[in-house]
Amino acid sequence: MNVSTMADMMAQGKQPEVLFWVGAAGSYDDRAKKITKAFVKILDMAGVDFAVLGTEESSTGDAAKRAGNEFLFQMQAMTNIEVLNAYEVKTIVTCDPHSFNTIKNEYPGLGGKYKVYHHTQYISKLIQDGRLSIDDTNLKGKRVTYHDPCYLGRANDVYETPRQLINRLGVKMTEMKRNKSTALCCGAGGAQMFKEPEKGDMDINVLRTEDALETNPQIIATGCPYCNTMMTDGVKFKLKEDQVVVKDIAELIAEANNL
Amino acid sequence: MEKYVPNIFFALILIAGIGYFVMNVRKLIRNIKLGKDIDRTDRKPERWKNMAKIALGQYKMVRRPVSGILHIVVYVGFILINIEMLEIVIDGLFGTHRVFQPILGDTIYGFLIGNFEVLAALVFVAVIIFWLRRNIQRVKRFWSKEMTSWPKNDGNIILYFEMVLMSLFLIMNATDVNFQEAGAGNVVSQFIAPWFSSFSHEELHTIEKTAWWLHIVGILIFLNYLYYSKHLHILLAFPNTFFAKLDPKGQLDNLEAVTNEVKMMMDPDADPYAMPEEGAEDEVPAKFGASDVTDLNWVQLMNAYTCTECGRCTSSCPANLTGKELSPRKIMMDTRDRLEEVGKNIDANGGEFKDDGKQLLNDYISPEELWACTSCNACVQECPIGIDPLSIIMEMRRYLVMEESAAPQELNMMMTNIENNGAPWQYSQMDRLNWKDE
Ligand code: SF4
Ligand code: SF4
Repeated sequence: MNVSTMADMMAQGKQPEVLFWVGAAGSYDDRAKKITKAFVKILDMAGVDFAVLGTEESSTGDAAKRAGNEFLFQMQAMTNIEVLNAYEVKTIVTCDPHSFNTIKNEYPGLGGKYKVYHHTQYISKLIQDGRLSIDDTNLKGKRVTYHDPCYLGRANDVYETPRQLINRLGVKMTEMKRNKSTALCCGAGGAQMFKEPEKGDMDINVLRTEDALETNPQIIATGCPYCNTMMTDGVKFKLKEDQVVVKDIAELIAEANNL
Repeated sequence: MEKYVPNIFFALILIAGIGYFVMNVRKLIRNIKLGKDIDRTDRKPERWKNMAKIALGQYKMVRRPVSGILHIVVYVGFILINIEMLEIVIDGLFGTHRVFQPILGDTIYGFLIGNFEVLAALVFVAVIIFWLRRNIQRVKRFWSKEMTSWPKNDGNIILYFEMVLMSLFLIMNATDVNFQEAGAGNVVSQFIAPWFSSFSHEELHTIEKTAWWLHIVGILIFLNYLYYSKHLHILLAFPNTFFAKLDPKGQLDNLEAVTNEVKMMMDPDADPYAMPEEGAEDEVPAKFGASDVTDLNWVQLMNAYTCTECGRCTSSCPANLTGKELSPRKIMMDTRDRLEEVGKNIDANGGEFKDDGKQLLNDYISPEELWACTSCNACVQECPIGIDPLSIIMEMRRYLVMEESAAPQELNMMMTNIENNGAPWQYSQMDRLNWKDE
């Protein structure tokens, strides 16, 4: 894939229209990398002039902050802000709602002020600007349900944009009983992703997967790499991996457009 | 002189009732002020709007339609019927009887009292349904672990209070012979009056007077019961929604004390061996995060007093739903209980807190509860009066990690990885862009 870094751009004296913040999951996790690539393909299709930080990107510090380590968070934040400001970044897009939330809401107080988009919002903007269209034939009629990532939904009140994109795919969308502001967490947030759960009678991702399976879907769509992992594990636990796949909205759009 | 005994007696219980209430309100304010300062006076128009919508308009109550609508009935009824208190107080103090009847005339007076009667009947019915939901239907959220005997009794006592107060109001009207004869405003009580038809006028008058007295005394007792009860929310819901957080729910505050230290650490010109300036150590906070109620801010403490123990938060908490120890309602109840304990300690020790070897952490809230939170904000979203249990959980995690280095082992590993290679996993930062060629 052809992806420029900010350093490349700078060397050529260019400033991209948007910085793609890939995030740790999107960079290293095998499942999440597919989301990253799908989104890059969409950006390419729309002719977006973007760049990544590459090896200059570092953890946003979200997980550290939610684990209670404010020192580590602020160290990470200030280091990142220094890099971003040095490149005079104005606009950021990311596929990770946690990075989205942290950069959009928590970086400004530490000197990092940017226009921040979640990738579903950015894709939606590309469509509005007439730079991208979605082919509604490839996935026509597929049964889809959508899991709201907490850090996109309740945390930032983004409920409709992802749904509008799903509806453009020509699929049959069914809501879970708990949706939008009443959606159940997948169990990954607040640094839970990185530890074993406390003892209880079941895992949160299994409960949430049960919500999803009640709608009898072929595809569980979501917009967060961590939700993706959690729901994928849940589907496996329920022995449904032959019938149900978990996909990011970016992947669905890439698929619909034969990218 | 003897003629004035009831008036004087009335004035005395009124003063005692209100006086005791004021004393408790002062204690309440003092306890809330034990919290740390936080500025929540910005964006006033938005704050007024929130208060109007959430506290006055009960806009979040109807997220659960059954209890929401019933609650609105009780709330509106309760407020409007209490307008009648004005007349009761004047009658009591000056020995008048239905002082507003001649002033307003039968039509208006009848209209007002008629509405109050209808409301009283509606409140009565709603309260019965509430009682059935709690005790017969046993709605799950009222039977969780933290709903020990007192919280459960508290919920019922309030319902009994309201049943009794509403009944007294209606009986008082039903046994008021003149009022019934006038036939203006006895919309509901006219159906109760026949129950008393075997009594003489004299006896009816005694019953009416007794109901009248019990009603006012009941209200004064109820007023003073508030401070000890989850029912404090009928007052605190207003400031609580006014001072609630306005930022996006996902936004956690950045600790300013940490910012200063990190800035110094990152400043290449800073001399790491420099002596702190004179008096500078005073500015370094005693501790990061919270291990006791006095480390929380006053809004969080007010939240604790405002909590209605309705359990809407807990019944939507993913950790609680999957059997973990964490319950956001318990976080709020524990905070209030500990704050009360600290307050009593201060009262007992002449205005000064004496170390009692206890704190909110461990003695009330365990690390296991704190670490089970996914920071999903469901509790914040569901709370009908703008309480933020998550902020307390986060503040206590900060204490565990920054003061005690007591994070679960896996989280320590995650943090070490972020420190060393800028990712929560053990991958080299140099491999961050490898995906593009895979
Ligand atoms: S934020 Fe934490 S306490 Fe609140 S509902 Fe979510 S998991 Fe439960
Ligand atoms: S915090 Fe809010 S939702 Fe939870 S029990 Fe208290 S009042 Fe109810």
